[in-house]
Amino acid sequence: MGGRVVRTEARLGFILLLTPLVLWLSLLIVIPHIDMFLVSLRERVGVRQYQTSLANYMTFLGEPLYLWTFLRTAVMSVLATAITLLIAFPVSYYIAKMVKGRLQAALFLLCLVPFWVSELVRTFGWMILLRETGVFSNLLQWAGLVDGPVEMLYNDAAIMVGLVYTSMLFMVVPLVTTLESLDDSVIEAGYDLGGSGPSILREIVIPHAMPGIVSGSIVVFMLSLGNYLTPRILGGKDSLWFTELIYSQFIVRFNWELGAAFGFMLLFLSSAIVWAVLRMTGQTLEKTMG
Amino acid sequence: MIPTIPQNRGVNLAYNAYVTLFFLYLGLPLAVVAVFAFNDSQFPSLPWEGFTWDWFFGSERPKIGVFHERPILRSIGTSGIVAVLVSLLSVAVGTSNAFLFNRYQFRFRGFVYVLMLLPLVIPGIVLGISILVFSSTVANGLENGVGWDIEALRPGLVLVVLGQFSFITTIATLVISARLQKFDITLEEAALNLGASRLTAVRTVTMPYLGPAMVGAFVVAFLMSFENFNTTLMLVGSDAPLTITMFDRLKEGSTPLLNAVSLLLMAGSSLLAFIMILVQRR
Repeated sequence: MGGRVVRTEARLGFILLLTPLVLWLSLLIVIPHIDMFLVSLRERVGVRQYQTSLANYMTFLGEPLYLWTFLRTAVMSVLATAITLLIAFPVSYYIAKMVKGRLQAALFLLCLVPFWVSELVRTFGWMILLRETGVFSNLLQWAGLVDGPVEMLYNDAAIMVGLVYTSMLFMVVPLVTTLESLDDSVIEAGYDLGGSGPSILREIVIPHAMPGIVSGSIVVFMLSLGNYLTPRILGGKDSLWFTELIYSQFIVRFNWELGAAFGFMLLFLSSAIVWAVLRMTGQTLEKTMG
Repeated sequence: MIPTIPQNRGVNLAYNAYVTLFFLYLGLPLAVVAVFAFNDSQFPSLPWEGFTWDWFFGSERPKIGVFHERPILRSIGTSGIVAVLVSLLSVAVGTSNAFLFNRYQFRFRGFVYVLMLLPLVIPGIVLGISILVFSSTVANGLENGVGWDIEALRPGLVLVVLGQFSFITTIATLVISARLQKFDITLEEAALNLGASRLTAVRTVTMPYLGPAMVGAFVVAFLMSFENFNTTLMLVGSDAPLTITMFDRLKEGSTPLLNAVSLLLMAGSSLLAFIMILVQRR
């Protein structure tokens, strides 16, 4: 009798805990994406008349501007990820291995601070630094290196600076965490066995840090690919980002069918690259994210 | 290279210089935003025209300060309400998820766990448009089918809350799960042996232990909601949260008013982060 009460109680508890999860994932994640996919397969043939076709995807493939923007966004996001990794790795190693105690905690915290501030504020900061009347331009003129004001905003390099800055935290945190778990004595053993700095980095440190490198890279890539604010504000007329196309189809042109197709292409691209990276490095999503 | 192995002094010096440069790079954009909030000029740029508090307290054109600028104040309020609702919802569902994954073995558990992580790898703007498309499908269906016109399903604050909740819940779940995993389950069993019911045991033993993680998840959720841009942009109606209002201002051209708002935001989030650290330390 008592056993049965416990069993039903456990079962009831299970259902109570499962319900919010199922509602959340189905109503806000799974079904909306299925619906978006269905909308992307709709072709408008008349007023309020639709038929199922791949027309929107054909438009995407047939218009060079769309395809070009798509590829450009992908390539620049990969580049931004690589640059972020290159800048963040030595700093993370420094925090994890070169300093200890209070200084370590303080430096780690210092890395986090900028990211408690809205992305908008960070981008605004770069705007003040880079624009024609900005701080850098004035500094260069004052130093006598240039004659007139220099415009450093509204180009691809400015977008890159903004993207790298914005995603830095998401690279530093996983890197510091994995590097910290590497025992100093392993590195010392490497030296004892005759290894040099570079060979120890290649043979010991980087393989150990791989889970951190992968999870950091995935998040940074995702954030760059899906970024709207940075390219929109720091980029110029020619530096279009794919998210800007999605926005304009949805909000400006009100062509939801094409916009949904664009959204799906972006989702497809990011999933494909994330999947490929996980596959190549033998990691899983649970291990890198959870 | 580690401190216990002697290194070339030049290499060490270069390494330290690099790390110093990195922190300068991190701080610089925020520092200029803060400094130009006090520039007595129409534009947040050089030359320096002198120190002023006008961008905070000024009440006359052209220098209306933050505390007299109605639209900004209103959107701070909007952002605050949205952030509190999103945090409450995501901490509640996150706690429930954490218990589910920690206490129950069930079929498709691994699959559901991956599904739970997915919102983190979906671009925010795609999350936004998928919810926009689905809610309008539902709204149109209801309107054509039963003749109900449900305002909440059209772009507006309800959708903004749901959109932000859809991915912030994953983060809340991860934060709370991490602490629940460290919990010693025998403590709960001891409470059961002493005659407590399961619910009482969880409420009086497990929940207090989870407290700091729940506060932490709440603060993280609040900040993420407050500064969210991508998902909000696609779902926003006529009441704009602060990030959207600031974005619109920034497109029109910036004044030091934006610097002043930004400085207040920085102060606010530092304060929250500080409170969180204090709570975690207890």
